Amino acid sequence: MAHIDKSKIRNFCIVAHIDHGKSTLADRIIEKTGLLTSREMQAQVLDNMELERERGITIKAQSVRTVYKAKDGEEYIFNLIDTPGHVDFNYEVSRSLAACDGAILVVDAAQGIEAQTLANVYLALDHNLDVFPVINKIDLPSAEPDRVKEEIEDVIGIEAHDAPLISAKNGLGIEDVLEAIVAKIPAPGGSDDNPLQALIFDSLYDSYKGVIIFCRIMEGTVKKGTKIKMMATGATADVVEAGYFGAGQFIPCEELSAGMVGYLTASIKNVKDTAVGDTVTDAERPCKEPLPGYRKVNSMVYCGMYPADGAKYPDLRDALEKLQLNDASLNYEPETSVALGFGFRCGFLGLLHLEIIQERLEREYNLDLVTTAPSVIYKVHKNNGDIIELTNPTNLPDPSEIEYMEEPIVSAEIMVTTEYIGSIMELCQERRGVYLGMEYMEATRATLRYELPLNEIIYDFFDALKSRSKGYASFDYSIKGYSRSDLVKLDILINREEVDALSFIVHKDTAYERGRKMCEKLKDEIPRQLFEIPIQAAIGSKVIARETVKAMRKDVLAKCYGGDITRKKKLLEKQKEGKKRMRQVGNVEIPQKAFMSVLKLDSD
Amino acid sequence: MKKSKGCREQRQLSIYVHIPFCLQKCHYCDFLSFRVSEDEKKQYLMKLQDEIVFFACKYKGEIVTTIFFGGGTPTILKEEELNDLLLTVKESFTVAEDAEITIEANPGTISRQKLKCLRSAGFNRISIGLQSAQDKELIELGRVHTYAEFMEGFRAAREAGFDNINIDLMSALPGQTMESYGETLTSVLALRPEHISAYSLIIEEGTLFWGRYGDTTLHTEGYPLLPSEDEERLMYQRTEDMLSKAGYERYEISNYARKGKECRHNSRYWQRKNYIGLGLGSSSCYDNVRWKNTDKMTLYLTGSPEQYQMEKTCLTREEQIEETLFLGLRLMEGVCLEEFLEKFGKNIHEMYPDVIDKYVSNGCLVIKDGRLKLSKLGIDVSNLVMSEFLF
Repeated sequence: MAHIDKSKIRNFCIVAHIDHGKSTLADRIIEKTGLLTSREMQAQVLDNMELERERGITIKAQSVRTVYKAKDGEEYIFNLIDTPGHVDFNYEVSRSLAACDGAILVVDAAQGIEAQTLANVYLALDHNLDVFPVINKIDLPSAEPDRVKEEIEDVIGIEAHDAPLISAKNGLGIEDVLEAIVAKIPAPGGSDDNPLQALIFDSLYDSYKGVIIFCRIMEGTVKKGTKIKMMATGATADVVEAGYFGAGQFIPCEELSAGMVGYLTASIKNVKDTAVGDTVTDAERPCKEPLPGYRKVNSMVYCGMYPADGAKYPDLRDALEKLQLNDASLNYEPETSVALGFGFRCGFLGLLHLEIIQERLEREYNLDLVTTAPSVIYKVHKNNGDIIELTNPTNLPDPSEIEYMEEPIVSAEIMVTTEYIGSIMELCQERRGVYLGMEYMEATRATLRYELPLNEIIYDFFDALKSRSKGYASFDYSIKGYSRSDLVKLDILINREEVDALSFIVHKDTAYERGRKMCEKLKDEIPRQLFEIPIQAAIGSKVIARETVKAMRKDVLAKCYGGDITRKKKLLEKQKEGKKRMRQVGNVEIPQKAFMSVLKLDSD
Repeated sequence: MKKSKGCREQRQLSIYVHIPFCLQKCHYCDFLSFRVSEDEKKQYLMKLQDEIVFFACKYKGEIVTTIFFGGGTPTILKEEELNDLLLTVKESFTVAEDAEITIEANPGTISRQKLKCLRSAGFNRISIGLQSAQDKELIELGRVHTYAEFMEGFRAAREAGFDNINIDLMSALPGQTMESYGETLTSVLALRPEHISAYSLIIEEGTLFWGRYGDTTLHTEGYPLLPSEDEERLMYQRTEDMLSKAGYERYEISNYARKGKECRHNSRYWQRKNYIGLGLGSSSCYDNVRWKNTDKMTLYLTGSPEQYQMEKTCLTREEQIEETLFLGLRLMEGVCLEEFLEKFGKNIHEMYPDVIDKYVSNGCLVIKDGRLKLSKLGIDVSNLVMSEFLF
């Protein structure tokens, strides 16, 4: 394999809106190129994590190399880089795209272009990728391939008349896609003799090999023993192994040279050293400058994570440490809550990222967690000129010390069929959206453009959007910047004691409504106790809403018929089980899910 | 029959005999009872006789101090059938001369003649299911009798020589008010029974009431409403008030008795003493091993004890501790701290420091005279308190 003809390499990715069949097509490509037999295929080879498969989304970028014998009789090497498919992971997507020379755009023959289709295709075009469309799901009765082709040409402006019509699910038309890859995606450039310049598009921690760097070689050659340097982080290491990606396994090879996609290991202990987007070069013969586009990834959403059982704090710390090995965008630092004890303030790319980490902690590490309401980063400008980046509402300084506050704003694009425009605009209005404009894509569909505060969309905006449009709206956003806003901290008092973990920051105009809903919700969530419990929402010392949990009702086991005590014990066990999920705050017991109830305030 | 006196060393045993038959299922009842054909009844009684004899061999050296015929409605059987069963028990086991021998009965199945016959065969305590003195409430419950029929039965029992009678009562019934419940209590007290069991109605799954009242979000159209939670709690407290004024001592969460008339059989359940259950679906506890007979009639009738005894479990030390507390606390005398220490090698506070501190300080538990007990408040929310003692 020493010298591979670069003209026979195709590095590409697949971009699509969620559920348009990206992963299924990837599977078919792998299957048809003969790398795996159908029997070996587990559905969706590339989505490795159990969680990914369940949710049908790709969380980490994956990559696979296959060999295709084309109709021209030549063998081509395909490097398929599967990209994460969610707005939370936009930066990761952009780095994966930068590792490719072309992209396949998959569009659902029935649904046509959706918000993420656009976002992803523009991202691909921004990276100068050659994009060709594929119309998927043509076997659906509602498929309208001609309409969709037209839409692609009109809206995106790329040629679509000869787009392969396929059904990835049924394996229809896959040959056409493979031939199109050969014909339409350019071969990589670069020279083997130049100084090493490789783009890191992902990394993985392996307990035996250390960090496994996924990279695309742009220039030069790397092999075992090469002393490499990560240009942004400055970390250096000696390459232990170079190789490429089989399906679900790493296959070592002699060297990786310009145009190739593969992996490197170098006994690196921490994924923080191998940041996505960084450039790998030869420490002894470095390239002039790093590849463009690297940036440090910042957490956008923060929340507190606490073990349900306080004694499990070390377990949570270990689990976070392990997850971070593979996820450089996960941040955490210890914090203490009066209500919840010892835990961590964790930073995430977005809400999906948060949910994924939470689920992995619960599933893979068997931890029972209490998560506080997610918060964005507020900029607090103090009278003395200091600026605090606030990630935990509890730490908000006294209002008298605050000159003003800023909150992050996103620009959002919402694509929706015209009949739901009204209700979606209403939703955006409720969420303090600023209307920027609307474009009709065709007679029945339009794109709404809004500026929205991030803190209004991190809870349940997506759900609300789906329910108000009967599932027809799609949504994409990007961070725009910070903007001054009239924000207040809403405190919740249970039995007259402030519960720090329930505090949150909210716009002044919606504070009353939120406070009221929060009290109502908590009243339902907190079971009756020995005494009556007032629940209050307050801004500063001013109470703005109140509910009361009545004292407990009589709770006595009836007769034990004929000495059958096992049934009664089961009843007590159930009661005990319920109590396990409670948190003692003062002398009130609060169920864990109450702490998360802020999340679902708008569900009605 | 051997004598018990002078045999202090002898181990004590209780026997429960289950008669799972009823004239008709009550609307609230989730216990093992059903209507039965004459034929099936005969088979059941034969099997029960076999079972009694079989187990008597296993517990030869022990002295039976209490016997309880429960149901269902044991008195649905003919007097000869009941007496035969008791006779077999007495002949096969060693029964103490002063043994407490209870039979459960429902009005309508206890004629003067039958009661006389039972009394002379050796039954010395009778527990009559009344539930309410209001005919309207009885109809709602699906009871087969009126208050007048109960009165007849009660008088007949007295005439037959039963000087230890329990009356079962229920509060929180559909359509029941504080007033109607008060009347029931007054009527019952006027009869001066030795013992009163007063339960709060619980809507159990699988009962007719569950369909009617189980889902609190549904409108129970056409049916009388259940009393509110507050009323229910008031009724519960009213029971204690009225009964204690009338000279009945609450000795267990739901049981009241005149001095010396506490039910010895049931107390042994709470004290975790040895008892053997015979018959369909009955439970046993012997030297920290618990088991339960099957509730499938065919299996019971045709199987060997190994086949029809289910869920046989040897209680771990933890389970014994849990039981000691959640059963012991049902008795108003509570749990003896010294005995606990002796049995488990650790004192209660050491074992449950947080639970004891919390519930003593919020007034649910009391430590007095070397015993841990529920307070009045603690009784009302006893499930909560007891559940805390589970590991």
